[in-house]
Amino acid sequence: MTMLNNHISRRAFIRKTTHGGAGLTLALTLPSVAGASESGPGKTVGNAAADEFSPNAFVRVSPDNTVTIISKHIEMGQGTYTGLATLLTEELDADWSQVKVEGSEADPKRYNNLLWGPFQGTGGSTAMANSFMQMREAGAKARAMLVAAAASLWKVPAGEITVESGVLHHKSSSSKISFGDIAELAAAQVVPEKVTLKTPEAFKLIGQPVVRKDTGKTSGKAIFTQDIQFPGMLTALIAHPPKAGGRVQSVDASAAKSVPGVVEVLTIDAGVAVLANDFWSAKKGRDALKISWDNSQAFSKSSSDILKSYKSQLEQPGTSVVNNGDFDAEYAQSDVRFDAIYEFPFLAHAAMEPMNCVIQRRPDGVEMWYGAQLQTGDQMQVAGLFGIQPEQVKINMLFAGGSFGRRANAHSDYVLEAAQIAKAYTKAVPIKLVWSREDDTRGWYYRPMYVHQLSASLDDEGYPKAWRHRIVGQSIISGTAFAGMMQNGIDPTSVEGASNLPYHVANLKVDLHTVKDGVPVLWWRSVGSTHNAYSTETFIDELAKAAGKDPVAYREHLLKEHPRHLGVMKLAAEKAGWGTPLPKGRFRGIAVHESFNSYVAQVAEIEEAGNNQYRIRKITCAVDCGLAINPDIIKAQMEGGIGYGLSPALMSEITLQDGEVQQSNFHNYRVLRINQMPDIDVHIVKSAEPPTGVGEPGTPVVAPAVANALFAATGKMPRKLPFDGLIV
Amino acid sequence: MGIELTINGEKHSLDVPEDMPLLWAIRDHLHLTGTKFGCGMAQCGACTVHLDGNAIRSCVTPVGTVKGQNITTIEGLQSQVAKAVQTSWDEGAVVQCGYCQSGQIMSAVALLENNANPSDKDIDDFMAGNICRCSTYVRIRAAIKDAAAKIA
Repeated sequence: MTMLNNHISRRAFIRKTTHGGAGLTLALTLPSVAGASESGPGKTVGNAAADEFSPNAFVRVSPDNTVTIISKHIEMGQGTYTGLATLLTEELDADWSQVKVEGSEADPKRYNNLLWGPFQGTGGSTAMANSFMQMREAGAKARAMLVAAAASLWKVPAGEITVESGVLHHKSSSSKISFGDIAELAAAQVVPEKVTLKTPEAFKLIGQPVVRKDTGKTSGKAIFTQDIQFPGMLTALIAHPPKAGGRVQSVDASAAKSVPGVVEVLTIDAGVAVLANDFWSAKKGRDALKISWDNSQAFSKSSSDILKSYKSQLEQPGTSVVNNGDFDAEYAQSDVRFDAIYEFPFLAHAAMEPMNCVIQRRPDGVEMWYGAQLQTGDQMQVAGLFGIQPEQVKINMLFAGGSFGRRANAHSDYVLEAAQIAKAYTKAVPIKLVWSREDDTRGWYYRPMYVHQLSASLDDEGYPKAWRHRIVGQSIISGTAFAGMMQNGIDPTSVEGASNLPYHVANLKVDLHTVKDGVPVLWWRSVGSTHNAYSTETFIDELAKAAGKDPVAYREHLLKEHPRHLGVMKLAAEKAGWGTPLPKGRFRGIAVHESFNSYVAQVAEIEEAGNNQYRIRKITCAVDCGLAINPDIIKAQMEGGIGYGLSPALMSEITLQDGEVQQSNFHNYRVLRINQMPDIDVHIVKSAEPPTGVGEPGTPVVAPAVANALFAATGKMPRKLPFDGLIV
Repeated sequence: MGIELTINGEKHSLDVPEDMPLLWAIRDHLHLTGTKFGCGMAQCGACTVHLDGNAIRSCVTPVGTVKGQNITTIEGLQSQVAKAVQTSWDEGAVVQCGYCQSGQIMSAVALLENNANPSDKDIDDFMAGNICRCSTYVRIRAAIKDAAAKIA
């Protein structure tokens, strides 16, 4: 990752990475980490008060002894606030209880994602990976300045000063002083050029359980976008066109305007907006609108048409992604061939907090409050709409009530909707755009629909000699600000997990049909791996069975070059008791997959529940994400990722009928509930490798693990998701 | 004439229509935002509050139907059971994004107020109306059991 990217254009502000596997791993831009964002001695940055010690963009120490750590990444449940604070606090030697975390302002210079170029945003499970050195250096530099201040105060050599739990000590003179008491003096010290970071043996916080820093969530006090209240604020709901690409033809708003509490009705690019004094009035007003839609440019196909069209494309070669050896020749001459077709539907993210955004026009720009996940992209989009500079778009980053990719939209869809309303309304009052659950379920930007075909022939020992993976579906990044990641017309997020198949196969072919349909699509927790892990990991089980071999032993033979895959697979298998007898009616399945440079294996144990149905008893999970910064958060992300990945396996799908989404709310876009949640046992591989992400990698492994258990039970592999009805 | 509501022991008179769901009266008019909007049709449980001690979905409860009755929101939790549940939630590091957790806690408190020692099945049955998209379910189960042990 050496590519520098200093040029920002509106259509392409991100360059592709040299690493093709991960969806959002992009070019590193800053030559050094914390250095570029430093202010001079005594200067304050961000929201620092005059008497605070604010040595860099990531930490402030107040005279009241509070250490405030600034998170450039959004907290949406994945534990980022805690992780980033752990890194900085580790090197600062502050006491964990004196640390609080706040979200940064939007700034692509100081708060850029170091793996993405001059661009602030959260995604691709990159927060810990890109911040690991940056936050530690920021903490170490602040610590060095606190030490220098104490040394000058006590007139002793800095080397004789120790720091523990937010207190500086000088042993021989029995001097001690708190961070708060020395803060003002520390602010006058010179920011050191270089600092020495701790060696792993010296870590006190990293690797230990800590109390999370995203507080207020068990008392109702935490503030989400939905909770923002300002005097004079209006709530806006939008009537959206039912088909993608539909437009307002005409609107009769007379009934809506007579609803008490409705203040204004505006036709905007996104539809018809109703502004009211509260949600309920806006909802009643919206229900009273009479709108004719112009569907002449709208996408009007049904899921069945799309499926048929995708399947027909399987007959022709797609754009070549991988072509090692000679698949065609090997496959043609083989007597034993295997062939399987897989179907994956559109999926909605369905975060608990429906999309929303608060916006206010200011004399010098606009200010917004929301769960901002792609700050720089949103700033550019909103600035473009208003004809102002991106830095005139001030963003207050709030907690997000989940995202799973939905708030990281290069099209800034719901953000632009709020901006369109603010622009169209004559008064510069604060406006809260709220999506109903129906808006959210039908609000597009789905995990794309995909059809896969896997074909293989086996050698004399039963191992794959030739393997072809053909993928048909829409590109997520094509035509977006992320299009710079495209390689030779290939969207890496379409093929990740397939193009880097870890199993040794001499004749390997992967090709891709990129479909240009009008359904807005987006990354969905673990992106391409959501479908590629499923097809590859269930297909390999079918091959193992054909070869008469145990699924773990079969994989082991083919993973000789991949020690980290092997490591998690063996650990999960061992902890799940793989190979030991199970009570009658119980079955196991395993899957292993790398995504975002983290390795996860899971063993699913299912049991018969009558009527040819099964119940998932337990998922045993092993994860290798390099150095484990917060082990309990890693466990929580595996648990949550597994639950999230079970919904599309068991019951979730978005379907279209003549271009209209058939689902609307949780009664027909069904998701996992507590009574369907298996027990989960997570094991973390001890590792000194650099830390990698855990937000996404737990998700794609569970569906194939469960499918492989069903295969063991029934001899029939589910090849269409969701496999509704098989699991109770 | 306003609608008389008793929320967390305090009487309020609100000038809102009778068909307004309790959720929006609480959130938009009393500015108690701990109770969350998730679905608007009693499918997800994020809006759960207590009506005379029982868990109800405030998003489908018209304010006109609860006049004069005692409503408790997450902000008004005070009982020993409630404190035990919140403590167990914190100690068990249940929360991820947190958006559904007010509703989860309100349901869990109502469960334990009526059944001090719930089985796994009791927990699953009672809590199945509360969706958590972060899937914190295994920790919710553990926290409810931990809270039950605390109050035993």
